[in-house]
Amino acid sequence: MRRPTPAQTAGPYYSLGLDWWQAHPITHEPPAGAAICVRGQVLDGDGAPVPDALVEIWQANGAGDYPTRSAAAGEGFGRVSVDAEGRYTFLTHKPGPTTPQAAPHIHFTLLARGLMNPLVTRLYFADEAARNHRDPALARVPLARRATLIAALTPTGYCFDIHLQGPLETVFFDV
Amino acid sequence: MKRVARPATRGWAPNQLPAYPSSTKRAPQAAAIALPPQLLPSQGPRWGPEQLRAGAGDLTTQVPGGTAQGQRILVHGRVSDAAGRPEAHALIELWQANAAGRYLHAADQHAAPLDPYFIGAGQVLTDAQGCYEFLSIEPGAYPWGNHPNGWRPKHIHFSLFGAGFAARLVTQLYFPGDPLLPLDPIFMGIPQAAARARLVAKFDLTRTQPAWALAYRFDVVLRGCAATPLDAH
Ligand SMILES: [Fe+3]
Repeated sequence: MRRPTPAQTAGPYYSLGLDWWQAHPITHEPPAGAAICVRGQVLDGDGAPVPDALVEIWQANGAGDYPTRSAAAGEGFGRVSVDAEGRYTFLTHKPGPTTPQAAPHIHFTLLARGLMNPLVTRLYFADEAARNHRDPALARVPLARRATLIAALTPTGYCFDIHLQGPLETVFFDV
Repeated sequence: MKRVARPATRGWAPNQLPAYPSSTKRAPQAAAIALPPQLLPSQGPRWGPEQLRAGAGDLTTQVPGGTAQGQRILVHGRVSDAAGRPEAHALIELWQANAAGRYLHAADQHAAPLDPYFIGAGQVLTDAQGCYEFLSIEPGAYPWGNHPNGWRPKHIHFSLFGAGFAARLVTQLYFPGDPLLPLDPIFMGIPQAAARARLVAKFDLTRTQPAWALAYRFDVVLRGCAATPLDAH
């Protein structure tokens, strides 16, 4: 077994190397899920916006399948830098459940100055309560913290704020 | 075949590093919750050569009309998973300071000259054997406000996507013998010397290009979640 190469922070200048690939709309081959907007804000331990974070998402299509082709047109993969207020927006499709037990979810990876390791979390949907209740990954999260992974359904789409620290600290996963 | 535990991030830098104040308000305080491989997507995003910009593997000639200033270097290596299997057709994204230690970035206010013929960003894909190479110039060290007279050692930022979702890695390549390495809180944030050593490229005389470029080898091992035979570890 080879020892994995350790991570280092992306630092303050990541946009130089990573912003060439920015993908907001994620297109899927049919059958596609319903078009959705996912937005949120990245916040630090003081509740202050983090203005220099990169947010990546990875998700299945409406049928619950991950793309197997290369990411032409950003299929299944999205990446945006947050704005000066720490806000991000993705226009995408609602993923289908990837297994009979799993609730629909979107993988999030965060990079920023000050983060020694990429942070990995998951968005679940507030209007999938029954499926969320039996999702095997959510089941590993203490009940009191599960709400940090549930995106609220608002009139303008799903809202998923990411708190790096503090009383509302988002649950992050070791993958 | 048994599933082996994925190599853990134990031995990596903790999220909270007192010597790196940027982490103070950003590092999560709760322990990350482990997810077994069967709860992760077996694949991550993939890229093809048609999606890369032309010339993205040569950082020395990306601006028409001139070439980048500095010591030309060929950087090459092999990307594999923990079982030693090649990470084929993996996307590597790179960014670095110029030879004077300045990034082409609005937030970089270091009083060192910009190089009109150097952007400092590139992309390459590994081949079927997991091998990659790119041509660049040796970056300069640069000051940062982290601590009194703090300078980052020379480094190249690497971002990698492997076959599996868990393989995603963002790291930095360092250069052998850099006197700033033992003074750098980010590099020294990795507690184990053996793990730090994996971030230091090796000078590679065999790949130097006569009268043209020095060469460094930087192999990368990504975490994976595929079923592999259980071994001694
Ligand atoms: Fe840097």
